[in-house]
Amino acid sequence: MGALLADVAAWFGDSANWTGAAGVPNRVLEHLQYSIVPILLALLIAVPIGAAVGHSGRGGFLVVGVANGMRSLPELGVLTILVTFMSVGLLPVTIALLILAIPPLLAGTYAGVSNVDRAVVDAARGMGMTEPEILTKVELPNALPLIIGGLRTATLQVIATAAIAAFVGVDGLGRILFSGLAVRDYTRMAAGALLIAVLALLADAALAALQRLIVSPGLRTSTSSRRRAVVAPAQPEQLPQSRSTTPEPELARS
Amino acid sequence: MIEFRGVTKRFPDGTVAVDALDLAVEDGKITVFVGPSGCGKTTSLRMINRMVELTGGTILIDGSDIMAGDAAQLRRGIGYVIQQSGLFPHRSILDNVATVPLLLGWGKRKARERATELMELVGLSPEMAQRYPAQLSGGQQQRVGVARALAADPPILLMDEPFSAVDPVVRENLQDELLRLQSELGKTIVFVTHDIDEAVKLGDKVAVFRTGGLLAQYDEPGHLLARPADDFVDGFVGRDRGYRGLGFLSANGLPVGELSTVGSGATGDQVREAARDGWTLVVSDAGHPLGWVQVGQALSGPVDTDALIAGGSLYDTEADSLRGALDAALSSPSGLGVAVDASGAVVGSVRAADVLAALATARRDEAAA
Repeated sequence: MGALLADVAAWFGDSANWTGAAGVPNRVLEHLQYSIVPILLALLIAVPIGAAVGHSGRGGFLVVGVANGMRSLPELGVLTILVTFMSVGLLPVTIALLILAIPPLLAGTYAGVSNVDRAVVDAARGMGMTEPEILTKVELPNALPLIIGGLRTATLQVIATAAIAAFVGVDGLGRILFSGLAVRDYTRMAAGALLIAVLALLADAALAALQRLIVSPGLRTSTSSRRRAVVAPAQPEQLPQSRSTTPEPELARS
Repeated sequence: MIEFRGVTKRFPDGTVAVDALDLAVEDGKITVFVGPSGCGKTTSLRMINRMVELTGGTILIDGSDIMAGDAAQLRRGIGYVIQQSGLFPHRSILDNVATVPLLLGWGKRKARERATELMELVGLSPEMAQRYPAQLSGGQQQRVGVARALAADPPILLMDEPFSAVDPVVRENLQDELLRLQSELGKTIVFVTHDIDEAVKLGDKVAVFRTGGLLAQYDEPGHLLARPADDFVDGFVGRDRGYRGLGFLSANGLPVGELSTVGSGATGDQVREAARDGWTLVVSDAGHPLGWVQVGQALSGPVDTDALIAGGSLYDTEADSLRGALDAALSSPSGLGVAVDASGAVVGSVRAADVLAALATARRDEAAA
């Protein structure tokens, strides 16, 4: 074990591993590129759908079902099927990673929007906001902590899983791992794994910083633990099954 | 004026929340909708700004049908305050208050200036401006809610149980503030509550609803207490309505009798000489009441201001109703209520019997009128 660590340190110390197309900087760039495209596409697809369903309150069960279903798909299996039908290349990798990224974003957006206090939405509507204004000025800003939570989960998973690109003939950090595997070079494999893990953690830290920057202080300084409790689920398993199960303040209607 | 003409709300499941309601809300007054749960009072209120769509009849605001235009446009011209305040958690207090002006396209600077004025008007200190709703108490949040509703200076204000979630002391405070604001602003306010005391205190007119969305009585609060239309209203306005009704009768013309007083440095002999029926009131140099002395008490030296018998409530001859006068008499240990002027200085006494006589006179006058 100690020997492996020393070998890995030596691998990182070898300047040959840092230059050229197969060098670490280029592999990191490739890896980021493979990861960012599916994450952006997932944002474009999942946030509008999650927001629309959360706002209207209709189709929540469908969102939960689809998100859970997509989460249960094995990545490598999906990729294999896609490659069978589409040939090797970046496109099947992107689609496989997209399928991975959508569920946490969809669930986070849906839960974030549908959990906004009904009294707040009622007040917004009663003051004369149109439905799009309610969504963009009230519901989405309040859902932001959960949306970014979903984005962080998606990013971690995509960056970690993007290594499979090398499995179907494209590069990225997975190439270091797989090329090591091919020749039983455990040092190289460990270095590749370590790089992927560090990249994922750095991306998560960057998104955490973004979260602090763009989430309203009013949602952070929230003194009541009530809000936090309502707004916990980042995992689809914990999603409210329908609007009626979300804790709603009792509106004393007469 | 807001006019309900045969307004009906039938929910898809067949429940009739409001049944053929006819009612006219007067301009510049506070009209309170009150009634038990399920009486349709909140539904009626929410139909005015189309938060609930009516299924029959019409509602007219200043003669025009509310269904004629766009719902969002209609709502921007009507202030709206709800029970849980509904403040936007992600916006500062200032920006919460500026919401409607911003929706109306006022521009950020003008909207914030207006919001600052409103915060002052409702008694919120300027340092609250940059705080967030979660950092405020329930009472403060409701003040912000009222400021937010008033920001664009709408002629109509709809208030849906705005004070029922705060504790009783704060509630009373907020009620007094609302009355003060209304005396300055003269808005047309529709206020929903389930609390008859709140209704009677705030309302210029009170509409009592009964279960099933029917209007039981629509009247001035004094009349409501004096002459409930039927057993339901009688039961709803509750106990002590006779006593509470005195609050709506003017104490003008109530005779103020003499009252024996001594200064705080009086000797035992002076007290004995001044006392009527065994009691005298000790007053400060400014004439404010300090407490009662009973002649039976050991009176060896000068009056000990720490050992006085606490007085009852005070009857302010310039502001109080017959209720205040009667309470002063009933709560005083000597049986004589202490009458004071606006400065709090003692001007005389009031007797329960005189209050009852004034009540009888008021009733006779009313019957004659």
